[in-house]
This record gives sequence, structure tokens and C-alpha cells, in this order.
Amino acid sequence: MTLFKLAIRNMLGAGTKTWLNALVLSFSFVAIIWAQSLFKGMDEEASRSLTDIEYGGGQYWVEGYDPLDPFTIQDAHRPVEGVLRDLVDAGRAAPILVVQGTIFPQGRMFSVLLKGIDPGQRILTLPTLCLEPSGGEIPALIGTRAARMFGLAEGDTVTVRWRDVGGTFDAVDVVVAGGFSSTAQSADSGQVWLPLEELRRMTGAAGQATLVVMEKGFSPSTAGSGSLSGWAYKDLDFLLRDIREFIQMKTVGTSIFYVLLMSLAMLAVFNTQVLSIWRRRREIGTMIAMGLTRGRVIALFTLEGSMLSFLAMLVGAVYGIPLLAYFAAHGWVLPSDQADSFGLALGNTLYPIYSAGIIVGTALLVFLITTVVSFLPTRRIAKLRPTEAIKGKLS
Amino acid sequence: MDNGTIIRTQDLTKVYPMGRTSIRALNRVSLSFEKGEFVALVGPSGSGKTTLLNIIGSLDAPTEGSAEVMGLKVETLSHRGAAALRSLHIGFIFQTFNLLPVYTAYENVEFPLLLMKMSAADRKKAVLDALEWVGLADRAKSRPGQLSGGQSQRVAIARAVVKRPGIVLADEPTANLDAENSHMILDTMESLNKNLGTTFIFATHDEKVIRHVRRKITLVDGAVAADEKTAGVAKEKKAPATRSGDASGRAT
Repeated sequence: MTLFKLAIRNMLGAGTKTWLNALVLSFSFVAIIWAQSLFKGMDEEASRSLTDIEYGGGQYWVEGYDPLDPFTIQDAHRPVEGVLRDLVDAGRAAPILVVQGTIFPQGRMFSVLLKGIDPGQRILTLPTLCLEPSGGEIPALIGTRAARMFGLAEGDTVTVRWRDVGGTFDAVDVVVAGGFSSTAQSADSGQVWLPLEELRRMTGAAGQATLVVMEKGFSPSTAGSGSLSGWAYKDLDFLLRDIREFIQMKTVGTSIFYVLLMSLAMLAVFNTQVLSIWRRRREIGTMIAMGLTRGRVIALFTLEGSMLSFLAMLVGAVYGIPLLAYFAAHGWVLPSDQADSFGLALGNTLYPIYSAGIIVGTALLVFLITTVVSFLPTRRIAKLRPTEAIKGKLS
Repeated sequence: MDNGTIIRTQDLTKVYPMGRTSIRALNRVSLSFEKGEFVALVGPSGSGKTTLLNIIGSLDAPTEGSAEVMGLKVETLSHRGAAALRSLHIGFIFQTFNLLPVYTAYENVEFPLLLMKMSAADRKKAVLDALEWVGLADRAKSRPGQLSGGQSQRVAIARAVVKRPGIVLADEPTANLDAENSHMILDTMESLNKNLGTTFIFATHDEKVIRHVRRKITLVDGAVAADEKTAGVAKEKKAPATRSGDASGRAT
């Protein structure tokens, strides 16, 4: 308690030097919290966006289907029967048929995935109601990225070609009946959404699907297992694994930024400690003469340094809370079209998500590193001879 | 140790190695000091005055011989034991005052008490009493930079005596002061010596100090050349240089 009191006195007594150090340290503190929260926000947003528009509460895939392996797609379809069929009929699941195809907009040719989905489904947030058949034309739904890539707009007609289940090529004109904007590139880029029954008819895969998207909160235990042979359940952990690993990779990459920030702050603390011990050697000698042991002097100087981290938290709170609250409310607006360059489903505005874990974790990290950095120079005190130190001499 | 003897050195020797040679700072010094003495160690530079004070103050250990302070043998004390001896029984006054720069006068005087188990109320009373003894109660909130040399040394004296130590060791306490301040400091210390019974041992060249002490020990080349009683001038002077209280802290 005495050392604590003395450390506060010494620290506050040092005036501007202390406040400057605390300010530098607070930059690291606030910046690390902000950056970590931003990544947490990215993670949450990417997960939410993907589950809303593509993954739902998990998916059943036809066994052997691998969306990253085009060769598996040709045969990845089977009838939706039994429990799955019941869930679909109850509106708790949405079957999707995936077929490889080609689109010919304005004389150009692009490979696409044709995806059939029930226009009345409510599992995904895709605006599929526009796929309700009308006037004998086949309606198509495309995302903004696909529309930009293909040069298509609502009302345009475009030819699509595909191979049916028998391996025969066929082609038909479809009309762009609607568009959607999504942060999930995987539901948008290079994809054309068609009415499920129409695609089934086109491909000769009546009653079949490649995957079935389950409602949110679905648990495979409720579906049983006996009637699901030929289907493999993919939960959200599996479906979101890539995106989470990607964010983790970005987080690790950003840790270089943390290390740089912390290094700068710690350099300031270390320098201050070294200078402090050199300039205050007479003080150290006097304290020892008055009955403080060397160990307690070392503890005092270490405490002084480590308490800078608390002061930094206070200073950081003064400007950090309004700043972080502003970002929480208004988000961090990315430059136009930059969101896609992150390689994951992000909106043009990123919202950080703060948590007690991030704040406490960062505070502990800053405190621990500051304490270690404060302690290292104090080892010199153990070598000081008090009789020399009293006179302000180094020994 | 006899009744009344609080310091005794026996064949005290201190040798400092200096490369291939060595310097014998103290050479078989045998002395004893009684409680309440007012003593000056005099002698030319390098005669061993400060070394003797440092060993008595348990800041340094003898190479040979023995130094017994308040019944404890300095040469056998651990770092912790030596710190405890200094904390409880010894006050220091330095030539350059050595006040802690970021503390106020009050906080400087309070510092030794923080190292002892003492309640906040007792601590406050002791600090205010000590500042009163040295006539600086009104400068309690001043920092060292706002005090003159004489005032700084008086704060240092208050800091040395606030815990009522048995011994105060003063190394050239008047060397940085003018004559007027030197006299004031010496008067203060003398009144504290008389009223508190604290033993004061000075290492000094200053004739003014020597005139005040009642015992003068002359060191030459690390050995005791003379140990004599002196009359002192205290009897001719008025006691305490305090403003509103005597050196025991009682109101007058």
C-alpha cells in the first residue's frame, strides 16, 4: 500500500513527462481495441450476411458435392424425399438445384452457375418472389456484381446454355426479372438464380436438388438420420470455416500493426525508466538511506512504470470512449467498391463490435507488457551502491 | 554495550580496492558514542569521516573490525536488517539536502513514517510537529524547488528527526549554506539534540559546526588522531529555532 501511494505520488509528481507517456500508451490501447473490435465486427457481419443469404441454419449437400470442384456438380443432384421433403413442405427448408451453365450477354460468353430456388421460399433473404413465372418467360434473378460483370439490367433478355442430366446441351432465353445487392459475393458473382421447377424441367431433374438450406436454428437431431442417406449435413461451423480462417489470417496480419504500436509505446516507457533511474539515482540513494530496501525501490520504480498503463487507460477513456462510440454508431465507411477487395462478405460500412473480452484482454496485455518493460531497467538499481547514489554518482 | 552507549566501533577498518591498489579509508578506528551526544568528526578530505558515517548508518560494511549500532552488529546485518535499522533508528542529513523533488515539504517529512507502521493521524501529527520544530509549518505544501537552501536543509532535518531516531548522521550539513542559515540549522539541531535526546554526529570541515559540538573527533588518514570534549557555544545561544513550539513538539 505504501509503495502504491509513493508510486502514485512519484508518477503524478513527474508532471508532463508522465502525461506524455500515458498519452502515447493510450494511443496503442485505443487503437488495438478499435482494430480488434473492427475485426470482430467484420466476422459477425460476414457470418450474418452469409447465413442470411446463402447458408441459412446449415445445409444438406448431396454426397460428393463440392462447390469448389466443378467436376462434382454435374452429378450432384438427387430427389428430395422423406424428412427433407417434409421440412421443405413445412417451409422449414429450401432446396436448391445447382447446374453449370454458360451465359451469352451481348455476344460475350461467361461460365455461370445456374441455381434453381423456390420463388416462395422464406429461408434465405434473396428476393426470390420476382422468380414467380409470368407471361411464359423464364425470370432470372442476379446480384449487382453479376449484373455489372455481364452488363445486364432488369428487363434485359439473355441466352443461357446448360447440360441436362442426360448430358445434352440446351439453351433458352431468360429475362432479368430482378436484382439484389448483397455483401456475400458467393451468392452473387457469376451466378444466375432461376425458378427451381423451371430449372428442374430444363435439366430433367424433376424433384431433385443439389443442396437443401435449413431454417435458422435447425439442429440435425430434429431431422433424424434414417431417411437422409445420400445427403451430408454441413453445419455453420463447416460452412463458415473458410471465412473465419480468412478473418483470423487478417487478424494475425494486423497483429504486426499492434506490435509496432506497442513497441513505440514501450520504447517510450523503457526510455523514461532508464532516464528516470539515471536522473533519480540521488533519490534512490536517499530512499535506501531512509530505510527502503533495494527490492522495494525496484518494486517502486516498476510500479511507477506499470501504473502508467492505468493512467493510459484513463487518458484513453477520455478520448477513446467518444471516438469508439462514434464508430459504433456510424461505422467505418470503406471507399466505394473497396469492400469486395477484402475477399469476404462485407458491407461498405464496417461496424466494430466491442466486447468486455476485447477491452479487458487489451488492458491486461498493455499492463503486462508495460510492467515487464518497466521492470527491466530497474535491475540496474540493484547494482547501485547507496553511498555513491546519495551523492548522485553512478557506481 | 554499556548503558547509554548506542554506537561502538572496534578496530573498524575499511579498504576500498582501486584497481591493483587499494585505499585504506578507515584504519582500526575504535570509538563509542553515548546517547544524546553532539559530536563532530573533523579532518581533511579523505580522512574517512564520511566512510565512518556510512558504516555507522549501515549503508556500507566494514572490511574488518566491528560496528555495533543500537545493539546490532552492522557487519552481520542483511540488506533487509540494515534497512530496518536505518528505518527505525537512524536519520540522515546530507550536504545537498537530498529532498525528493516531486514531493512537497510535508510529503518529504512524511516519507520515513510511511515505511513504518503508523496510523495516518499519528503520521500527520508527527509531520506537522517536525515541521514546527524547524519553523517551516507554513511551508508544508512547498516543493523543494520553491524553498531556499536553508529551508531545504531544515526540511531535511525535520525528515531526519520526524521518526524520533536515536541517531542522526549529518554529512557536511552546512557546506551549501551561508553563515546565517548555517547558524539557524545548527541551532535547530542543537535544540532537537537537547529536547529529544537524539545523538547527532556530523562529518564536517565547518568551524561553525565545530564550535557548536560538545565533542570533536579528529580523523587523519583513516585513524583517530584526537578525541576531545569541547565547550560548545550552545550555552551562549538561545535554544530552539522554532516558531511556536519547542523541540518536543509541545505548544509553548
